[in-house]
Amino acid sequence: MKADRYQYHDYYQINDLLTEEQRLVQQTMRDWVKQEVTPIIEDYAERAECPVHLFKQMGELGALGPSIPSEYGGGGMDEISYGIIMQEIERGDSGIRSMASVQGSLVMYPIYAFGSEEQKRKYLPQLATGDMIGCFGLTEPDHGSNPAGMVTRLTKDGDGYRLTGAKMWITNSPIADVAVVWARDDDQKIRGVIVDKEMEGFSAPKIEGKWSLRASITGELIFDNVYIPEENIFPEIKSMRGPLSCLSKARYGIAWGAIGAALDCYDSALRYSQERTQFGKPLGQFQLTQKKLAEMITEITKAQLLAWRLGTLMNDHKATPAQISMAKRNNVMMALQIAREARQIHGGMGITNEYPMMRHLMNLETVLTYEGTHDIHLLITGMDVTGLNAFS
Amino acid sequence: MNLLVCISKTPETTAKIAFTDGNTKFDESGVQFIMNPYDEWYALVRAIELKEKHGGSVTVINVGPAANDVVIRKALAIGADKAVRIDAEATNSVMVAKNIADYAKANGFDAIFTGKETIDFNGSEVGGLIAGYLDLPFVSYASDLQHDGTTATITRDIEGGVEVVEVSGPFVLSAAKGLAEQRIPNMRGIMMAKKKPLEVVAATAADAPVSVTAYSLPPEKGGVKMIDPENMDELVRLLREEAKVI
Repeated sequence: MKADRYQYHDYYQINDLLTEEQRLVQQTMRDWVKQEVTPIIEDYAERAECPVHLFKQMGELGALGPSIPSEYGGGGMDEISYGIIMQEIERGDSGIRSMASVQGSLVMYPIYAFGSEEQKRKYLPQLATGDMIGCFGLTEPDHGSNPAGMVTRLTKDGDGYRLTGAKMWITNSPIADVAVVWARDDDQKIRGVIVDKEMEGFSAPKIEGKWSLRASITGELIFDNVYIPEENIFPEIKSMRGPLSCLSKARYGIAWGAIGAALDCYDSALRYSQERTQFGKPLGQFQLTQKKLAEMITEITKAQLLAWRLGTLMNDHKATPAQISMAKRNNVMMALQIAREARQIHGGMGITNEYPMMRHLMNLETVLTYEGTHDIHLLITGMDVTGLNAFS
Repeated sequence: MNLLVCISKTPETTAKIAFTDGNTKFDESGVQFIMNPYDEWYALVRAIELKEKHGGSVTVINVGPAANDVVIRKALAIGADKAVRIDAEATNSVMVAKNIADYAKANGFDAIFTGKETIDFNGSEVGGLIAGYLDLPFVSYASDLQHDGTTATITRDIEGGVEVVEVSGPFVLSAAKGLAEQRIPNMRGIMMAKKKPLEVVAATAADAPVSVTAYSLPPEKGGVKMIDPENMDELVRLLREEAKVI
């Protein structure tokens, strides 16, 4: 792996819109990614191994659940800082960002938002430090884009419940100590359950053979009549609003994160186009290369503005799920297209692990699909502007 | 132990270097600034380590405009307790050192740390000048520092080896690589930094009678000459006659 020569690109001086604290967060995370992620990532991705040690490091940095209040071990930071953290981590790798997204937005956030005081005190501080790893179970083998169709059941049994069913495509699941799982109860209501790894009847087999997010571990969750005590159920929330509010947080982070992957590809392509010569002049002097680079930085700049504005709406508690869908969909596709164009600029070298594009390209295929597919987000926007539901 | 650490801002190492005003001023447009690495990684971190061991406090000081506050906040996020910014454009080492020395004299410190140089102007002057103004011993290029609370044992990098010196009482030190390990601030540190005091004080010393006449960039690197490994005589001839290195 070559030295990481990455430089940030801020064509519209959007950094001027950031607070001193947000800029410090950006620099801190960028330094950490350069020191700890890029030197090892190609190797871990190639071997399809998860660098589990990064959980503790991200915990020490405060990158796990940064917007959770500090009394529960979080950072008490604003949503733009959270977005910046996701962007800088994903500049390194979407898989590492996924590890942090799931822990922060899909595990810590629901425990913070819907958990009892005891649940918050028991789990959040350990999740914040990375001493405990969490995962989130919503998607099922037969219910992906339609999570409300879930068949995982939570049935009353004495003082507690029994959990039966299976979840699929669960980031972190084989190494997780705790899973936040959504299931339908006897009244057909969606309930949130905290499943501890030691519980009898619970297993989390690994999904093998992924060509994407290879440095992030993915698995299933299988519940074979698992006994769940009452204290492990979220007390109040009894609808799809529970899991969907978690997804809004995570999708928001992805809208920022994808820009990181795009910037890494653009940065590499820009440098390569200045250093590589053909026909006696640098690649960057050819009009077709300039077209690619100019379009890339234009799209990145638009995505940066979208993410920043969405962040201010999030901070003001005004962002709608449909606004988040638009940013997630736009920014992920933008990143995927840039990864492909940047790969082309590198010619044959672009397919090797000397450069980051192929890894980002493969990762982004997952990012395009998880947390609401590209098409589903389009239909959410369509429904929002027409008032007509294309799903039913 | 009350320690004062002088921090400077420098351009990020990948910044494009250009000049304005007839090559007398560094062109700061579009340049990202960082804390001078010798100040941050070695001087500041070692000062924080000493405070963690012996108690006391670490104050960071910078001479510059409000735009430098982001660099100062980073020092607070890493673990300094308070910060002082002398509100004046840092025009040269004499003026910077005089202002810092005046502040240090008024407030009293057990030791003053600087980096061995800034990575932009490479002056290596501020530490020595502060020591001169305050009539304190100056230990430069420190790569190791042990302190028992009264006496400091400092290892200095010298040509081809090291020199170990002992200092008792207050002193000024310039930090070289090896003095400490870089610390990356964490989010809690960044949040806490917001609440730590950053005092802005007026400059006590005006400009010094030094001005820059011109800057120039180093000459472009020449092309590479490939020489057949069998043809050592030609290599020796070129090294002697063209490169003039042997």
